[in-house]
Amino acid sequence: MTEEIIIAGFGGQGVLSMGKILAYSGAMQDKEVSWMPSYGPEMRGGTANVSVIISDERISSPIISQFDTAIILNQQSLDKFEHSVKPGGVLLYDPNGIVHPPTRKDINIYKVAATEKSAELGMAKVFNMIVLGAFLQVKPVVTEEFIEKGLQKSLPERHHKLIPANLEAVQTGKKLVETVQTV
Amino acid sequence: MAKELKLMKGNEAIAEAAIRSGCDGYFGYPITPQSEVMEHLMAEMPWEKTGMVVLQAESEMASINMVYGGAATGKKVMTSSSSPGMSLMQEGLTYLAGAELPCLVVNVVRGGPGLGTIQPSQADYNQATKGGGHGDYQMYVLAPATVQEMYDFVFDAWDIAFKYRTPVMILSDGAIGQAMEKLYVGDYVPRWTKEEIAAKAPWAAYGKPKSRGHNIITSLELDSVKQEIFNHKLQAKYREMEKNDTRYEEIMCEDADYVIVAYGSSARISHKALQLAREKGIKVGLLRPITLFPFPSEPIKRLAQRVKGILTVEMSAGQMVKDVQLASEFKCPVKYFGRYGGIIPTPQEVLEALENDLIKG
Repeated sequence: MTEEIIIAGFGGQGVLSMGKILAYSGAMQDKEVSWMPSYGPEMRGGTANVSVIISDERISSPIISQFDTAIILNQQSLDKFEHSVKPGGVLLYDPNGIVHPPTRKDINIYKVAATEKSAELGMAKVFNMIVLGAFLQVKPVVTEEFIEKGLQKSLPERHHKLIPANLEAVQTGKKLVETVQTV
Repeated sequence: MAKELKLMKGNEAIAEAAIRSGCDGYFGYPITPQSEVMEHLMAEMPWEKTGMVVLQAESEMASINMVYGGAATGKKVMTSSSSPGMSLMQEGLTYLAGAELPCLVVNVVRGGPGLGTIQPSQADYNQATKGGGHGDYQMYVLAPATVQEMYDFVFDAWDIAFKYRTPVMILSDGAIGQAMEKLYVGDYVPRWTKEEIAAKAPWAAYGKPKSRGHNIITSLELDSVKQEIFNHKLQAKYREMEKNDTRYEEIMCEDADYVIVAYGSSARISHKALQLAREKGIKVGLLRPITLFPFPSEPIKRLAQRVKGILTVEMSAGQMVKDVQLASEFKCPVKYFGRYGGIIPTPQEVLEALENDLIKG
């Protein structure tokens, strides 16, 4: 099993940390993992993205340009990465702010209204974990047990009290995800 | 040795390895994309754990000269920077080589020339392997391709630096510096005691005991005859490095019709391209130089005698390709593919170059 993922959105949406939690969880589950961020001025606004690979084998390149799954959190990222999903792959997006939805017919498309849901719950900070839950519902590449371990390992001790809320958000995301099309 | 699993950026792995390998001092000045080296060192506060000094100097020139001072006393000292900062250190590096001082210098390369971009690049290959500073000198240059190698090569660097009394460079790039991968770390190696330094670096200027004369650290020699004799000695040392400590990795070269030569993150990308090519039935191998000086010329020569062609892949406008051509003795075509100025080639682009430029070309 090798899962090559791109997560892309605005800086500040928790794109990089979501990737980090996913990578940590994979590492805890004894998988090979890599986490390759875009770095630089993105930190000061604009789009941010990270490629995460989770695999049973030695990872050749952490730098990739075609993806099994694209997790897309804004219009710019959808425009940029829709064509980079492998045929038969998965595109998961949050419809918030999307005016031109994806048009490809040869990929599986799912959406998760995570922005809306996190606002409704008054928990904007767990937005990215709702998205992560939605992804894991579609592609269970790591199990929940290891998501918890990944959170423990990636969050500093002082934030460990937030782990239950994060895990709850993963559950919320799992229920919230909707199928748009499957191929 | 107990192994502990971590998930770390390449830059952090360098810092973690410094602390765990018994490094005595780090002197540096921040620059993207390697600032996490000093950030991690400062966060870990090794002066409380191992006594290691971590100091932010006022500039890159100050950093490399602090390294000179520390190295002269037989301490394990290091600095790190990225391309523009490394250019500022070149004077210090040639003095370190001239004074035969062991040290570790890490260059996490970004795109140039000039202030350039902060994105990954391999365009400092010539600077690292062909001098950079003035005079007939070389550094031992290691090119890590994984976060684990960023860590492991710090340990290897101390062995080589003290074995040959030479500056060692770890030549990385922004991609490996910023990427996180699994990393297994080992136990802490204690810093050398005074007695160990006296035994392992008898040339060092750490204070003169009555039992011996002065140890003088200098690169100045006004008598040309003596300077030439000294340079012969340096050259002999470099030939010894070539003979004993050249390192490389071969991946699927046994049955290969074509071979890619690439180092560092380009080797990772090329490995993926190799897999894509093999899926299409093209028998491609990868030779990854691990040391850039000494360069693995012998294995390249052997491959050139039996494969149909070689492609070098590098994030520069074609610097290593010349060394590969020389090594090949032109027994087979040697082509170059690269992206530069901070652009990283994709595995698909490498595959296209392989098919269009090398196989069809």
